[in-house]
Formats: sequence, structure tokens, C-alpha cells
Amino acid sequence: MIYLITITAFLIAVSFIFDRHKTFKALKIASKKFLNILIPFIFMLILISIVLFFFSEGSISNYINNKNIYLNTFISALIGSISLMPGFIAFPLAGMLRQNNVSCMVISAFTSTLMMVGILTFPVERIYLGAKVALIRNIISFFIALIVAIITGILFGEIL
Amino acid sequence: MIKKIITVTIFALYFIFIIGSFFLNFSIGKSIGGNFLKYALDMLMMFPFVFILIGLFEVWIKKETIEKHLGERSGAMGFFWAVLLGGTTFGPMLVALPIAYSLFNKGAKLSIVFTYIGAASVCRIPMTIFEASYMGAKFTIIRYAVSIPLIILFSVILGKYLTGKNYEIKDDK
Repeated sequence: MIYLITITAFLIAVSFIFDRHKTFKALKIASKKFLNILIPFIFMLILISIVLFFFSEGSISNYINNKNIYLNTFISALIGSISLMPGFIAFPLAGMLRQNNVSCMVISAFTSTLMMVGILTFPVERIYLGAKVALIRNIISFFIALIVAIITGILFGEIL
Repeated sequence: MIKKIITVTIFALYFIFIIGSFFLNFSIGKSIGGNFLKYALDMLMMFPFVFILIGLFEVWIKKETIEKHLGERSGAMGFFWAVLLGGTTFGPMLVALPIAYSLFNKGAKLSIVFTYIGAASVCRIPMTIFEASYMGAKFTIIRYAVSIPLIILFSVILGKYLTGKNYEIKDDK
């Protein structure tokens, strides 16, 4: 975040030195884009705040203690699709699951869908991509994540 | 119009519920309100800066530059740039969407824009280092080696499918 602010401030300064008008125009574009997306964004935050009340970060381990590894993989892919967390929370969590002997295949399904599939961010995504393409992208990403998980499982010797 | 009224109603109900919960000490409402604040700070805070960077990009970068490197005739190198650009994007995947819109507007072709979005979600460099340190390099390498080719393949197919269908990436309703 601090880097982001520093870089932004630096670039604005440089841009301002070279061309004042272009810089104002850039800021105008920025504020227009921000206002355009603000309502869907708040809507998304409302959705997130409610859904994540029921799905807290630690609760994933309660759902993936079945005997069947494929079922666990599928469930953790679903949880990853719904969840929303930054990397600095997600990966320590993954590391903790690993220490609890959760298989890499299951963890991979979780982290991959976490990154690629966003059910809760859909209200914002559809503004940009359109509902249909956003839906296609999420569904395909879900399957890509499952393929990644399965190959992870094979190469770690957990299945086959 | 009706949509607007519904939106306003939902927003009003939600915030009345949250504020009411704080006054009445209702723990579920307080916890949901806390979630809202946490993610608002987490995500909403960075967006003004991201949009300023995008604004600067739009006024300074020439359309020809993007067309040449990421446009119709960019070839395989275009995908390389898209992955690299995605890898160096920071923040949540949502940040990639307004950037994707700007790239598209400057003449990047659809398959490359979708590759960029995919790469921004799976191979951000800071996140990767973090992942490898917790899960081991093998785990991360497998994820990269499998997901990037699949993302490119999917992006090419989706790009082909949508080209000529008047599809465009937008930034408002």
C-alpha cells in the first residue's frame, strides 16, 4: 500500500512537470472511473461482509476432513471460490493446513480457486466483462483450478 | 429507475441494520459491520490510487504502442507481455479489471486482455514468493506450469469466439 501511494505520487509529480493539462485530465479520468464503479463496489462489500460472516477464514479445516480425497478437493475448491483473502492470510493458512497433513491436492484446489474464481466479486466483474463473459471466465477458471489440483496430486504422489 | 430504487433500498436497509446493531449491541450485526469495514479498508482504499495510475496510463501511453505490442498482429510476444504485466500487477484480481479495460481501449486484442486478467490472478510475483516459502517451490512451479498454458488456451478460444460479436469490455453499465 505504501509502495502504491509512493509510486502514484511520484508519477503524478513527473507527469505534472511534463504536462499540467494531461495530468489534470488523468485525474479527471481517474475520478470518473472510480465513481462509475463505486455503487457495484459497495454492493460487493455488503455481499462479502454477510457471506464471510458465515465462512470465516479458519473454518475451512472443518469442511475438508472427509475420508475421500476427491470430495475434499472439490469442497476446498468451492470454499476457495467463495472466499476472499489476501495472500498474506491465504498462504500461512495453506501452510498450517499442510502441517495438519492436509494433502497438497486439496490445498492447491483451495489456493487456485481463491485466486482465479470470485463469486463475491462478481458484481464488480460483470460491470467490466459483462455478466455472460464474467460467468464463463469464472466457470472455466474453476475447472482450470481443478486440473491444477489434480496434477499437483499426481506429482506429489497423493493419487494414482 | 426501478433498479436504482432497489439498490438504494438495499443500501439503506443494510446500513440501518449495521448502525442499529452497534447501538443495540447485536453481535451478528456488529460482526458483519466489522467485515464490511475491514474489506472496505482493504480494497476500497487502494482503488483511487489504481485509478490515478490508469488515468496517467490513458493520457500518456500512445495507442500505437499498445496496438503494436498487444494488438492484432502482436503474435506470441503479446502473450508474453500479457503474462509479465499480469505478474507485476499488485493487489486483488479486481485491480486487473479496470486495467484490462484500458488495455482493450488502447487496442489490445481480446485474447491478450483475457490472458492478462488470468495472469494477474494466478501469477503475481510478490504473492508467488510468499506461496513458495510456505508451500515449497515444487507446489508453485506445478501451479504455474499447468495454469498459464491453460489460461492462454482459454483466452485464445474466448477471444476468437467473441471477436466479431460486437463484444467490448466496458467500465460502466
